[in-house]
Amino acid sequence: MSPLMQLRHVGYRTPDKVILTDINWTIPAGAELTVTGPSGSGKSTLLRIMASMISKTSGDLLFAEKPLESYDPIAYRRQVSYCFQQPTLFGETVADNLNFPYQIRRQTPDHDHIVEALTKAGLAADMLDQAVDDLSGGERQRVALIRNILFLPRILLLDEVTAGLDDANKASIHRWLHHLNVDHQLTTIMITHDSAEIHAAPHLVHVTQGRLEVAQ
Amino acid sequence: MNLAVNNQSLFWAAFLVLVALAISLWQKLGLDRDIVIGVLRAIVQLFAVGYLLKYLFRLNNVFLTFAMVAFIIFNAAWNAKKRGAGIANALPISFLAIFVSTGVTLGVLILAGAIRFIPSQIIPISGMIASNSMVAIGLAYRNLNRQFHDQRQGVLERLALGANPLDASIAIVRESIRTGMAPTIDSAKTVGLVSLPGMMSGLIFAGVDPVRAIKYQIMVTFMLLSATSLGSIIACYLAYRSFYNAQLQLK
Repeated sequence: MSPLMQLRHVGYRTPDKVILTDINWTIPAGAELTVTGPSGSGKSTLLRIMASMISKTSGDLLFAEKPLESYDPIAYRRQVSYCFQQPTLFGETVADNLNFPYQIRRQTPDHDHIVEALTKAGLAADMLDQAVDDLSGGERQRVALIRNILFLPRILLLDEVTAGLDDANKASIHRWLHHLNVDHQLTTIMITHDSAEIHAAPHLVHVTQGRLEVAQ
Repeated sequence: MNLAVNNQSLFWAAFLVLVALAISLWQKLGLDRDIVIGVLRAIVQLFAVGYLLKYLFRLNNVFLTFAMVAFIIFNAAWNAKKRGAGIANALPISFLAIFVSTGVTLGVLILAGAIRFIPSQIIPISGMIASNSMVAIGLAYRNLNRQFHDQRQGVLERLALGANPLDASIAIVRESIRTGMAPTIDSAKTVGLVSLPGMMSGLIFAGVDPVRAIKYQIMVTFMLLSATSLGSIIACYLAYRSFYNAQLQLK
């Protein structure tokens, strides 16, 4: 099977600093990858490049065998979706957030689909009218993640999405993400510093000083 | 008419400047130089404009009137641009926004018969419209800059979900338009209660019946609402794009 995403000699530098050097990485469709490494090693930068939130300064990035540059950025980001650490929730209510993916596609929100996604994420179906300010950390992160997967992307990039959550929350978010991977062949790439998550990772990748090593 | 300002009365009134100068020197505010320069500039600019307007009004030439209006709009755009540091093409955007807001507002006033197409009415009214549009656009720019900075993460998240730049920025764009219009709406609420604005004060000074003078002020209120709303919306909708690069990434 052909790889879903391929990075060839990808580098990123700012005017005064080299952040990433010669990244070569092949991501098969349906993979469940974990990325770790010291703070400041360039992990987040790498995922942001893959999400087209910033542009690499050298090398090639292929998605479904075509260069990133050949895609419309908006269409691309709907296929390669990035979820932030400590996400900002939009508007006032949970519904404001979960309607957003429909609004940007000029579609009427599919209430049944939203409720199903809430339930699968372990949230109450009647949560839609709840004010975002009243949510717990675990609930906020789930609501943010549901925004990313209401329209399933091909790749979900997760930037320390479980940081700061308790073990029960972590475990349930992992189960949910694993089901998405198994049931929908959703490729997931997750950055983490958590030793338990690193331990449980099926495929682990290290980023150290801007370089990538795939653990054997 | 009871207008008593002449060279002699102005000379005596100039002692008011000494009050400001004395305060500056006494309290070591360091403003004495600026006060002197400011006063001299005001005298020179206003005398020059007075003679220029007198000349333009006497000539009553359509092209010269339009040239003067264009000059006013350009100066207003130049000033609005200064508030838009970091916004690409702030000068042409400001010019277009002030040009359209002034043109539409002026056109409606002329068609309504509220003002006549003579330089002594067109030029001062254009100045009022353009300066209010300029202030509104300046406020809107400042707000765009601040909000794109403060709400950077929220904008990035919307982009990451596949929103186009307008969908990712719409809350900021709307808030900035609101910021541009707010002073006009606030002053519309308090006009006559707190301040007796320039237009009606001037007419009352010149001996016009206050009941007639306030009708001009009502017209001014209407025209400033149109000018600031048009100016703000055009400027914000054209300016937000400069916060994104060609790959639709937030700069």
